[in-house]
Amino acid sequence: MMKFLEGKFGWGLLLVAGLLFPFMAGNDYHLTVMSTAYIFAIATLGLNLITGYTGQFNLAHAGFMAVGAYTLGILTVDYEVSFWLAFLLAGVVTVLVGLPLGWVSLRLRGHYFSIFTLCVGTIMFLVIEKWESLTHGTVGIMGIPAPTAIGPLSFDTPVSIYYLVYFFLVFGVWMMRRIVDSLMGRTFMAIRNGDELAEALGVNLMRNKLMAFSLSVLYAGFAGALYAGFVRFLGPDLAGASHAFDMTMYMIIGGLGTVLGPLLGALMVPWLTQYLQALQEFRFLIFGPVLIFLVIFVPNGIVGTWVARRARQASDAALGKQAPAKDTAKKSDAAQKESARA
Amino acid sequence: MDIFLQQVLNGLTLGGIYSLVALGLTLVYGILHVPNFAHGAFYMVGAFVALKLMTGWEVNYWIAMIGAAGVVAVIGALSERLVFRPLRNHSGLHPMIAAIGLLLFLEAGAQALWGADFLRMPTPFSGIIEVAGITAPVQRLMIIAGAFTLMAALQIFLTRTVAGSTIVAMAQNRDGASLVGIDANRVAMLTFGISGALAAVAATLYAPINLVYPAMGHLVITKAFVIIILGGMGSVPGAIVGGLIIGFAESFGAYYISTDYKDIISFVLLVVILSLRPQGLFTNGAR
Repeated sequence: MMKFLEGKFGWGLLLVAGLLFPFMAGNDYHLTVMSTAYIFAIATLGLNLITGYTGQFNLAHAGFMAVGAYTLGILTVDYEVSFWLAFLLAGVVTVLVGLPLGWVSLRLRGHYFSIFTLCVGTIMFLVIEKWESLTHGTVGIMGIPAPTAIGPLSFDTPVSIYYLVYFFLVFGVWMMRRIVDSLMGRTFMAIRNGDELAEALGVNLMRNKLMAFSLSVLYAGFAGALYAGFVRFLGPDLAGASHAFDMTMYMIIGGLGTVLGPLLGALMVPWLTQYLQALQEFRFLIFGPVLIFLVIFVPNGIVGTWVARRARQASDAALGKQAPAKDTAKKSDAAQKESARA
Repeated sequence: MDIFLQQVLNGLTLGGIYSLVALGLTLVYGILHVPNFAHGAFYMVGAFVALKLMTGWEVNYWIAMIGAAGVVAVIGALSERLVFRPLRNHSGLHPMIAAIGLLLFLEAGAQALWGADFLRMPTPFSGIIEVAGITAPVQRLMIIAGAFTLMAALQIFLTRTVAGSTIVAMAQNRDGASLVGIDANRVAMLTFGISGALAAVAATLYAPINLVYPAMGHLVITKAFVIIILGGMGSVPGAIVGGLIIGFAESFGAYYISTDYKDIISFVLLVVILSLRPQGLFTNGAR
């Protein structure tokens, strides 16, 4: 079904466009916007693994991003740990925080999971704001060092930082495609499509959900650490609901349960916002209704719809007839199945 | 002892407000099985409408409260019609995401219309009553009286009137309700309307001892979710009891543990409860 996207052409084009971007950008401001978009794209890829592929609508993702960012900030500023060691530790700490929360939350079904993660996100925000001795409270952490040079590669110009972030994005996308195509990724999708059936087939639900959750959180943690090294200032707002909602928006606009969709969403929306300068603050006046419209009329998102149509055409051609089952399968793909019970 | 009674008073105030907000949430959940993330925005809009009616049009506090309830009831009913009804047959993720779209829209709308500033709401009840050593601001007593009167009124509406019974019937069994000729669409709109009105009244009662600003619904709504999980999603008495539990936990926690962390107490309670009983405290069996 993913044959079209698997075609190296589309991805190759994107890869080259990303490499050439600094030559076309014209000024540092555009580079900054793009680098920020990449960082959020990495986090959104992670969110999509748990929400799009495993079917659990997680609202604490910005919180986990903040855990990664604060780990890096606190370690480098207060404990003078070197940047890259702190970067690795940021991933480790995020997963350590995520595991127990994942264990609790993954025992919850459907709506309970989402509500629980909404509360977890709020707790993280409040803890960051109140635990001043560790997080510097509302003042935030200032003076986070830039990424230190690796051998001959130094990261002291916007262009070099751009390529650093770009490298992580490409690596993140490549890893995500490996994960999704592996047996593990298929298992995640089986859980999304019907957890009881998957369990009956011998899938260890808890272990697989926890795996998806940890991987998802790991993406958030590294994205957060990159964010800290890029912006070099942290405040509790990073954990706030608005970032979680932003990432949800990227994911829905692009399409749940595809690798390309959330990526495009995360790269596209910030630019739209930039060009609607006057709307900056009020962007949700437009994006809120867009989100509702998409969910009602284009539930699979832009890329998802495209993939579904491709798949339908392909199977029509292969079978030489209508393949009605495909359409309904796709629908239940995107929707979680707990309706009747929750 | 005085301090203890003072905390009881605070607990009742908070509990009353939380219960009202949670009641609206639980009614909608009972009917549509949607966690309405936009409910906090209904609450916020209610506070703003009442405030603007009072400061702009110089309307009396009670009329402003009724006005706010009316406006938010209409917004609630409209959002059922325009947002949630088309999604009724989609399950799981989609209605939740749409609710978030609605939340974002209402918040941005409030900010565009009324600005992002923190505003203070005037109240006709600024006095303080002193009884047996406890000082009780009149507004707090009003909140307690108002909240519990409204809860009683809602209970009577749900059990004694035809319109109320249709809501209960639909919450109990959707197919059964439509078999006896209950119009599901009308009931859903009615429920959303009532839910919005409850949120607006809660906001108008609580705003004078708090502040009015576009993000004011965030903490309240997350707590309301904790409450309905505690009390069982869709259960009316559960929402009232849960609201009081959280209200008391917070007011006593603020005094005996720490004011800084009082907002976290309810969430910690939730984490502990859900680790032990993933299906909620008062729900039996799988949902």
